[in-house]
Amino acid sequence: MRRKFIIKKTMYAIITVFIVLIFNYILFRILPGDPLSMIMRNPRATPEMVDTVSALYGLDKPWYTQFIMYFQNMLHGDLGMSFVYKSSVTGVIATKILPTLWMLGMAEIIAIIVGIFLGIVAAANRGTKIDVGTLGFSLVTYSMPTFWLGIIMVSVFCVGLRIFPVGGMQSPGMSFAGEGAQLLDILHHSVLPIITMSILLIGEYALTMRNTLMDVLEEDYILTAKAKGFSRKYILRKHAVPNAMLPMITIIAINLGLVIGGAIQIETVFSWPGLGSLMYESLSARDYPLLQGLFLLITISVVLANYLTDITYSYIDPRVKD
Amino acid sequence: MNSIKHEMRRRKIKEFGSSVYHNKTALVGTIVLSFFVIVAIFGPMIIPFSTLDFGNPEDMLQAPNGEHWLGTDDMGRDILANLISGARVSLLIGFLATLISMGIGTLIGISSGYFGKAIDNILMRLTDFFLVIPWLPLMMVLAAILGTSIWNIIFVIGITSWAGTARVVRAQTLSVKERQFVERTVSLGSGSFHIMSKHILPNVFPLIFANTVLIAAAAILSETTLSFLGLGDPTRASWGMMLHYAFESGAASANAYWYYLPPGICVVLVVLSFALMGYAFDEIMNPKFKER
Repeated sequence: MRRKFIIKKTMYAIITVFIVLIFNYILFRILPGDPLSMIMRNPRATPEMVDTVSALYGLDKPWYTQFIMYFQNMLHGDLGMSFVYKSSVTGVIATKILPTLWMLGMAEIIAIIVGIFLGIVAAANRGTKIDVGTLGFSLVTYSMPTFWLGIIMVSVFCVGLRIFPVGGMQSPGMSFAGEGAQLLDILHHSVLPIITMSILLIGEYALTMRNTLMDVLEEDYILTAKAKGFSRKYILRKHAVPNAMLPMITIIAINLGLVIGGAIQIETVFSWPGLGSLMYESLSARDYPLLQGLFLLITISVVLANYLTDITYSYIDPRVKD
Repeated sequence: MNSIKHEMRRRKIKEFGSSVYHNKTALVGTIVLSFFVIVAIFGPMIIPFSTLDFGNPEDMLQAPNGEHWLGTDDMGRDILANLISGARVSLLIGFLATLISMGIGTLIGISSGYFGKAIDNILMRLTDFFLVIPWLPLMMVLAAILGTSIWNIIFVIGITSWAGTARVVRAQTLSVKERQFVERTVSLGSGSFHIMSKHILPNVFPLIFANTVLIAAAAILSETTLSFLGLGDPTRASWGMMLHYAFESGAASANAYWYYLPPGICVVLVVLSFALMGYAFDEIMNPKFKER
């Protein structure tokens, strides 16, 4: 049963990745960003140069050979040259991964802990001010453009109150300070982007936790536990919450797309040197190869993350069928 | 036959209207949204300032005052006037994108559920692709290729946001398909198109309707974000475009709160009213949620 499930999910993931690749390839052809266009910009480009580059990227070959070559290049990590950075797209992207992972990872951890806690409190006190407040909070944060929240945060905490530094990940010259001071400086810069990102996520997690917990609390086994005379608190902690945690795993995976959208906006507002602001830069400068590379990396990571979640979930909850 | 059908439909709509009226959440959402729709339709006809004319240098970035109630932007333009003309652009994009999205979602959902087999498989893999792909990067790439005009923005949002609807509609179609009246029409010799448009569509419609409201909320947010990232139409400034200019001109560091707060507040109010309506419609049409 599970084997069949895993095979099916693996097939689907492979198909989705394949659609991503084809989609990306077609975009790459429509865009004015094929490798030749960069050479063509150079007024001193000779026909021989054009021919060499054509042969290098297989532009003189039929489309199916080109697709295979594109695929091979990608497997070798060759995503072309960035127009702006004048170096390989893979290399440019690699330097920006860590700041994004740090920012998103911390924000996710905070949001999951606070969100689950808020959800439990709201579900346990249904209809009270805490419950209504949690609902209101998640509705308002859902309705808010992420970047706008970022602008307000910058304006209040960096410009108005001057508690946190404006923009970037490091103050100028800090690379010459000691390691401890440097780390502290990075932490200081990280606080606002991380908090903004987690505010965006807390509402959604709290709402999901609240609703699942309410469903679970209506199950027969909760009634049985009540009949046995267990206290409310004990039932909540030992019977209800563990069962309500399962859907949280799915919602965190489904939310990955939202998280990436948020990262692009927040990194742009805070000039955080990660993948998100790189994507914004490549868009503003119409640096198509870089944009394509980032798009490919982001989409494939999300597809893989969702796939891994499905598989993990099938081990945690043996009931899953579809 | 037809008059009975119309009477039933009329009664259903009336019933729905009265439940909206008695549901506080739905009522608040409807009133706020109606306010913005009226402003979007009639507002630009009565505002005294031209939104595209740049002001004099001394008008630049003025705080709210007697002449400019909400102050001016970095080009000396009146913020309130921009806000009112932005309402039209933002809502227009939101509504049209939602229409496209619902159209595609319904078509794919019904075909997938009705035909089943290979067609279902292919359409659902495509749906999976659009469900799992992070929406913002996809929209950014598409908008970057197509260029910046409001029609392209509408198209991009519409074409990327239908997957959820398709899933919901497919599930509902699968259950409607099994009902007896569909079997009867088949035995009477109805074609696929007739069954899908006359029998299945009316039965999945309530679901589509509740979904539409939430898609509209997402569409307005998407438009705001895309415009903020510089993919909006510079000749027709939406609220997102205003926020783009505010950010680019450094309104946050200049503490020009009157510049970057109002467009965002408008977006929040409109999206919030859509969300409230969606929440309430779910409650009205889905009795299971009633006790929440």
